[in-house]
Parts: sequence; C-alpha cells; structure tokens
Amino acid sequence: MTEMREAYGRALQAYGAQEPRLVVLDADVSASTRSALFRAAYPERFFNCGIAEAAMVDVAAGLALAGLIPFAHTFAFLLALRAAEPVRTCVAYARTNVKLVGAYGGLSDSRDGPTHHAITDLAVMRAMPNLSVVVPADAQEAAAAVACVARHQGPVYLRLSRAEVPDVFQPGQELVLGKGSVLREGRHVAIVNCGVLLSRCLQAAERLSARGIEATVVNMTTLKPLDEALLLEVADCGAVVTVEEHSVIGGLGGAVAECLAKSKPTPVRMVGIRDTFTESGPYEALLDKWGMGVADIVAACQAALAG
Amino acid sequence: MYPESLIADLESRARQLRRDVLQMVHAAGSGHLGGSLSAAEIMAALYFQHLRLDPQRPDWPERDRFILSKGHAAPVLYAALARRGFLPLDELRTLRQIGSRLQGHPDRLKLPGVEMTSGSLGHGLPVAVGLALAAQLQGAKWRTYLLLGDGELQAGLIWEGALMAAKNHLANLTAVVDQNDVQLDGPVHEIMPIEPLEAKWRAFNWNVLMVDGHNVRRLLESLDEAEQVHDRPTVIIARTTKGKGCSFMENQARWHGRAPNDEELACALEELGDD
Repeated sequence: MTEMREAYGRALQAYGAQEPRLVVLDADVSASTRSALFRAAYPERFFNCGIAEAAMVDVAAGLALAGLIPFAHTFAFLLALRAAEPVRTCVAYARTNVKLVGAYGGLSDSRDGPTHHAITDLAVMRAMPNLSVVVPADAQEAAAAVACVARHQGPVYLRLSRAEVPDVFQPGQELVLGKGSVLREGRHVAIVNCGVLLSRCLQAAERLSARGIEATVVNMTTLKPLDEALLLEVADCGAVVTVEEHSVIGGLGGAVAECLAKSKPTPVRMVGIRDTFTESGPYEALLDKWGMGVADIVAACQAALAG
Repeated sequence: MYPESLIADLESRARQLRRDVLQMVHAAGSGHLGGSLSAAEIMAALYFQHLRLDPQRPDWPERDRFILSKGHAAPVLYAALARRGFLPLDELRTLRQIGSRLQGHPDRLKLPGVEMTSGSLGHGLPVAVGLALAAQLQGAKWRTYLLLGDGELQAGLIWEGALMAAKNHLANLTAVVDQNDVQLDGPVHEIMPIEPLEAKWRAFNWNVLMVDGHNVRRLLESLDEAEQVHDRPTVIIARTTKGKGCSFMENQARWHGRAPNDEELACALEELGDD
C-alpha cells in the first residue's frame, strides 16, 4: 500500500527541476493535495489562490496563455462542480494548456462524508470537448502521470486519491495517454477498470478463476480519449464489467457502454456507486458497503455472463 | 502631452468603430449594440494609441495583452481589430454567420488578435491575473489590459480575481470598467447596486482612477498614469453612456442585445455623420 497523493507530490516536485515552465496552483489545500511539496522547492512558481477554486482555474488559464504549464489543484468535487464553468469556458473551449488535478477522487476523503466525496467528477469532465481525463490506478501510475500529462499539449483532468492504495505497478511505470493495458487475460469475461479499484479487480479475477471463470482485466488509465480499439478487442469474449469509484452514471460505465452500443453490442454490468449519495466512514469499508467490493465485481461478472 | 490632432483622430476613429458596429449588428440581425457603443472611445484609445501590438505578428511575444472580459461587446473588438489591420474589413460582415471567425463572442482559437475566449461574464479578471503573474514571473515588459462591464462586477469571480491581483502586487495589470449603468434586465443600480465602486476597488487594494469614458484625452492620461504605479494593479472606472452616439439607443436596456432595422440603422448612421 502506498499513499497516492504523497507519490504524486514527490513526482511533481521532481518534475519541477527539469521543467522550468511548470507552475503550480492550489486553493488552500496544498497540505492535503501535497502540492505543498512543490511549493517548498519552488516557492516562486507556486500560487495559492485561497478558497477560490473558480478563480484558480481562470488564473491557470491565463498562465497557460503566456506559455507556462500550470497544474491547478484542489479537491476533485470542487474542480468538477464549483469550477465547472471556468473549466468549460476558459480551459476546454479555449483549449488552454491547463492541467486540472482533482485530489480526493471518489470516496477517498472517506470520513469527511458526501460533501467531500467526488462521485460525479468523471461524468462532468468526460463531457467536456477537448479535455482529456486521466485516472491513475496506483501510486506508481500517479507519479508517472505528472510527466505524461505535462508533456501532453492540451488540457487534462487528472483524478487522484487521498488514500493509501494497493500497489499494482512497478516503480518506473510508463504511462501513455490514450492507451489502456491488459493485466490478465481470460476467455470468459472482461473486467474493465478505471482508477484505484484495480487490485480488487485482480482479486475478483482470482476468485472467478477458482470457479472456472477466466477473466481478462483491463486498466483504462485514460478515461478520455478511451482506448476503444482495446475495449473492442477484449469485448470479443462477449461479457464486459466496468469498475470505477464513481457513480455508475456517466463515468467509465457510460463511456464503455457508449462505445460498445455503437460498435459491438455486448452485455455490460457496471460496478460503482448506484445513483445515490454515500456517508462518512473508514475508506475500505465504505467501498465494500457502497457496491465496490470484490464480491460485487464477482457478482457483476456472473451477471454479465448470464447475458 | 497628447496633441489635439491625435485626440481628434482618435475621436474620429471612435465614431468609425460605432458605424462599423451598427452595420455589423444590422447585417447579423443580432448582437450587442449598447455595450459596444459605450466602449468606442476606450477601444479607440487602447487599439490606436496605447497598446503595443503588431497586426503583422499577432503572436509577437512582447505584445501587450488585451482581454475583452465583457465579451458581448465583441462587435467593437472585431471592428477595432479590423481597423487596426488584424483582419480584412470585409470580414466584419460575417459576424455570427456559420463558418465565420467572428463568433457571437470572441474565440481565441478562431481569430488571431483575440487573446482570450470570452463571453461568459466574470472570467476576464482572473484570466488577466494569470497573464500578469506569468509576465511578472518571467520578468517580461508587456502589460495586461482588460475591459470589464459594470453589470459584470456583480459576479463573485471578479472579486476573487481582484483579491489575487492585489496579493501579488500586479502593477503590470490595468483594468478598465465600462460603467454604463445598464445591464440586460435594466439599470445596474436597480438590478444589483455595485456602488460605491471607487471605495470597493480601493478596499481591495487597487489603485483607482475615475474618468469620463468618452473623453479620449483623459483615457490616455489614465492609461499612462496606471503605468507609474509600481505596487498594485490599477482600475480605471470609465463613466460611459450605453448606446452612446445614437440618441434613441442611449441608456436603454432594450438596446443591450438587439439589432437595428433598416430605418433605425439609417437614423443612427446619420446621427454619427461621416468623418
């Protein structure tokens, strides 16, 4: 287990040494997002905007217009909801080279409760033209995302987690925007993951295997643009299950269903938060209670296989 | 310091911008006249005298940056850009048509010379803060300018940006408020009062200059004065008349976003005269 935000913050700080155009913004939560690590090393390139998330996004757009590469941080729900219109107008529509970093994705700020949970951010951000959406699955991917996102010419929403999350990838993990990866191959069902539930997907695949069901496990680190070629390939098995720490409306489930409905109609089951708000509590227990347990993934695979 | 001949020339250019705007909005059949007409002298002072620009090189790195925060005044921006040589005059007739670079509100990706996409109110100031911060960080000499509407000052985003500009001592940032006291639904002082405006900006630690927004000489002097302040941003509150130059449009909220018919256009052009 590794704390994703810490790995991200260190990578951001390290990247600051090799990229002088990198500037960092935060909205009074730099200690939480870990952008404070960058501030400590490069105070002149760090701008604290106070509790003014919408203005922070616009300020970042202005910095990008002048050729800098701004990474703007706050909690995911604030970026996707309070700052949604600035994101639409000044980042997505104006196509400014802004990197929006939503810390505390999903239920990861678990004890602070539903006001601080982000269960609609992927739906909002995915609907914005011009905007790429990247969701690391573990600390290694989060660290790799810094350079990947910074080198990409164009706006990106990068969704992180507050939590300690299971390690899946090795240090030095490469990340290619727009490409998914296959972690396990099986002929019966394809589990398509987006985010930190990846290790739960692998556990589910183990349990299924013990019951004679072989599952492919795909990780879609880039939610948008979705790796449709890979999705269509793994959907050949005839049953797909999507897994995300997000509402089942509009996120990965929606993206996968849209693609398959268009190109290869396939039974799909979605694992995620049902159309509901959640509650405060310990993180792992919340994931289990609100429909994202290993057992839920197993059951969804069986349901998808049943057609 | 500015010769009378220059002032007369800029006044003439302002009248030209008004004629352009009327014809564009008439041809398009829609668009925002009132707030374009109120800003004609401000735009003339900026685009034909004060701003350091090169129409041959719209992306010249050392240019001053201008953001039209009140993006609905796009017609007067397009007219100024065309008269300054950024686009052919003929193209003004394409305003709001399919395939045109002249969108209903400015689109930076479509038209060179448009520094930032705008139209949704409130964004210009915080975006300008980002530009000014970048110039400050890079030790660049260029300055950032923006034109705000007074109704727009009702948006919280403006004041979030104002706080940040003052915190960072952005003396390289000059905002102009086109205070015409009319917004879509009626008089600004009735819809949502923003006064005392001068005291508000001072309380936000800005340098504040009050000026008659139709007096080109005072506008130029204020823009220069702003450059002599080195510890804080400046806002020039320019008192203007919405619909200025066309008597039947002046101070009328119904002319905020309406196009003139043939007779109204002829009447307005006659009032403005030829230069």
